[in-house]
Amino acid sequence: MTQDAKLLEVHDIGRTFGGLAALSGVSLTINRGEIYALIGPNGAGKTTLFNILTGIYKPDSGNFRLEGVEMAGKKPSELAKFGISRTFQNIRLFANMSAIENVMVGRHCRTSASVLGAILGNPRTRAEERSIAEKAKHLLDYVGLSRHAHMLARNLSYGDQRRLEIARALATEPKLLALDEPAAGMNPLETDSLKRLLETIRRDGVTLLLIEHDVKLVMGICDRLAVLNFGKKIAEGEPSRVCSDPLVIEAYLGTS
Amino acid sequence: MDIFLQQLINGIVLGSIYSLVALGYTLVYGILGLINFAHGDIVMVGAMVTLTVVRLLSDSGLPGPLVLGIGMLTAIPACMAVGYLIERIAYRPLRNAPRLAPLITAIGVSILLQNLAMMIWGREYLSFPQILPTRTMAVGGASISAIQLLIVASSTIMMAGLSSLIRKTRLGNAMRATAQNPEVATLMGVNVNTIISITFVLGSALAAVAGMMVSAYYGIAHYDMGFILGLKAFTAAVLGGIGNIEGAMLGGLLLGIIESMGAGYLGTLTGGIMGSNYQDVFAFFVLILVLIFRPSGLLGERVGERP
Amino acid sequence: MKRYLKLAAYAALLLLLPFATGLALGKTWVRILDFALLYVMLALGLNIVVGFAGLLDLGYVAFFAVGAYCYALLASPHFGLHLPFWMILPIGAFSAGIFGMLLGAPTLRLRGDYLAIVTLGFGEIIRIFLNNLDTPYNITGGPQGIDLIDPVRLGPVSLNQPPGHAVYSYYFLFLLFALATAFVSTRLQHSRIGRAWAAIREDEIAAEAMGIDTRNLKLLAFAMGASFGGLSGGLFAGFEGFVSPESFTLTESIMILSMVVLGGMGHIRGVVFGALLLSILPEALRYVGPLEQSLFGKIVIDPSGLRMLLFGLSLILVMLLRPAGLWPSPARKRELLAHGETAKHENTNIYDAGR
Repeated sequence: MTQDAKLLEVHDIGRTFGGLAALSGVSLTINRGEIYALIGPNGAGKTTLFNILTGIYKPDSGNFRLEGVEMAGKKPSELAKFGISRTFQNIRLFANMSAIENVMVGRHCRTSASVLGAILGNPRTRAEERSIAEKAKHLLDYVGLSRHAHMLARNLSYGDQRRLEIARALATEPKLLALDEPAAGMNPLETDSLKRLLETIRRDGVTLLLIEHDVKLVMGICDRLAVLNFGKKIAEGEPSRVCSDPLVIEAYLGTS
Repeated sequence: MDIFLQQLINGIVLGSIYSLVALGYTLVYGILGLINFAHGDIVMVGAMVTLTVVRLLSDSGLPGPLVLGIGMLTAIPACMAVGYLIERIAYRPLRNAPRLAPLITAIGVSILLQNLAMMIWGREYLSFPQILPTRTMAVGGASISAIQLLIVASSTIMMAGLSSLIRKTRLGNAMRATAQNPEVATLMGVNVNTIISITFVLGSALAAVAGMMVSAYYGIAHYDMGFILGLKAFTAAVLGGIGNIEGAMLGGLLLGIIESMGAGYLGTLTGGIMGSNYQDVFAFFVLILVLIFRPSGLLGERVGERP
Repeated sequence: MKRYLKLAAYAALLLLLPFATGLALGKTWVRILDFALLYVMLALGLNIVVGFAGLLDLGYVAFFAVGAYCYALLASPHFGLHLPFWMILPIGAFSAGIFGMLLGAPTLRLRGDYLAIVTLGFGEIIRIFLNNLDTPYNITGGPQGIDLIDPVRLGPVSLNQPPGHAVYSYYFLFLLFALATAFVSTRLQHSRIGRAWAAIREDEIAAEAMGIDTRNLKLLAFAMGASFGGLSGGLFAGFEGFVSPESFTLTESIMILSMVVLGGMGHIRGVVFGALLLSILPEALRYVGPLEQSLFGKIVIDPSGLRMLLFGLSLILVMLLRPAGLWPSPARKRELLAHGETAKHENTNIYDAGR
């Protein structure tokens, strides 16, 4: 069974907030296995689109499909089950749980132990708990946090917290991992380290969607990107092409 | 038709009282985002203090309205003091705690006030001496008493006064600014702590007057009266849109009318199965319905953005 | 080896306690112990809602009432039904669970303080209905309640026989159920579901984004807590032999909440401690009345008023000084002292998870 190259198709999304059109007629396609970025000046609507694609808002018009299944209006938890997971711009970890517990929570939607199982402690439930713990350990390893497995999330360094959020999101076995400004607040060293992690994730079969302001990171890592301005998509394609697009230049620098 | 008109009048009177109390909830909520669970008990304090003073002076030969006035002038500062203390001692230290904490403290304050009142004034229902004229005026096929008129008139005056205060004075501006964005208000030179205290104190003053009205109208007061009244007034505030001053007034009136009509007609509507003893349930049902179907209330929730 | 000795010591303590108490302080105090065990069950049930899932329920006693009245209706002369207790208890628990879901379904998306008020209203509505559903058809017995409820019978043996020793028999029955409740709570806490509840408590938006159906899980917490309450209610009805709306007031709900909060929200041992403390300690205040009589010749301060007064005061003090409770779990202590961050994540919408 061959998989379709297109993973996420966005059709004509529109969204208004109190009379102001934050997005209108936005369409784009994210291909399987690529790193796709969403950029644009402040207020362009990137965050709104991002939040629609992760289930926080419902679009007023239009729809988007993950592997052909319509997703608009589904709750974030449903989207996670279908395979869209995310990190947050302002880091939303479970602060008072340990790193490994945070990742274990990510396994929730891929496991099924019920109340009865919890109470009885039957072999199946115990096996599932073991597998949850193992997968969590493995993911902490993957992002380079194993030595902090039992540290409280709130006591981790900023960079480590960002990694933990990624590990937690990966625990849900996403098809599409959406990252909201993953490099915000990072120094060049940390950004480089992040870049390598993202490339590893892509290599292992997860498609990535980023909102990012760090142009260098974006140009250095993404396969394709879309540029939004005033709620509309003004360009889409490979970085080299998009960079030389006059509309894009105008959006960022203004007319000469 | 006569029943209708009478129930309508009763409803407006009841609603005026609810509005006054609801204003206290909404003012505090607008500024702190906190439901002051103990607000109903401040109303009770107002009622009890007024009652005590009135009973003391009822045989003194002074004219009824004057006695009532003195009672009110004693109750208002008393309630203001209570409100101030509650804010300083029980709420201010918890301003940054998760919302569960001040809610539990508020419950504790409520229990404290109720039981202090019980220990001071006893468990029995205290009766309000007959000091006001009992004349009634005929309107259509119904009648209005002097007390009822007094309640509606003074409520309206107070609410108009509050509205002007909020809208037209510097203090009112400071209050609205603090409700919108406390951090920026501080940068603009507003002492947020003072404003919060003033808001509490203002709400408590209104509560005192409401307490006086309730005890004069129903002729009784007791330590337990704050709870149900508070809950209903809170419902009124939510109905109108919590945080919204006009909403509190509108919600109060509406709830009073709904309750009055309901109590009057419930017996006939249900063929005698449910009588007016289900009256209190109305407010709860209204509350649940509003929160489920239109949680922002009729006039919308006007709460400022907080960090 | 050491562990088994410790366990054996606890077991011996629990088994001998009622007899020791009876001998030293009299049967009234054994009865107090029985009620303490009922409160332990109630507090553990509410702990699932408040402590595990972080939902504030101010009307919990309604579920206790449902369980109690279920028992009363199915095992008394009222309707002439006399079902055995092992049949009615699950029915009562289940009915309470259903009520929990009915209440929760429309209201659980409301933010904390609103949920609190709504649940309070619900508790009151239940009480008012229980008080008034005696006309035109006598369903609940009205203010008089329902009397002559069958005692619990284990096979041919009724726990009320031999007369005068019922308090001992019921002690062991309640102990069994209390231990089972604590066991189930512990298992739940350390399971996939317990983790999900903790995640919801920490950050509901993030939990939802990680695939946790917050709505269903909150509903589950509510229903489970409610069914524990219903179970205790059934046991209460069999024990007392009599139920009336007076036993199911708001004060009771607040009392149970305080046990959870004061003891240590979410920490099972703390909650048990809180329940025992708040059901036994106030009983000591009954000696204040006679004490006052002997000292002053009259009652200066009403003992029950004093009890509630101290109670309200303790709620305030605990929140101000030890918000995590008197015996918090180390983890919870961190959570409740993390003032700034937690408050920041709670947004100002009425709905809890910003949609």
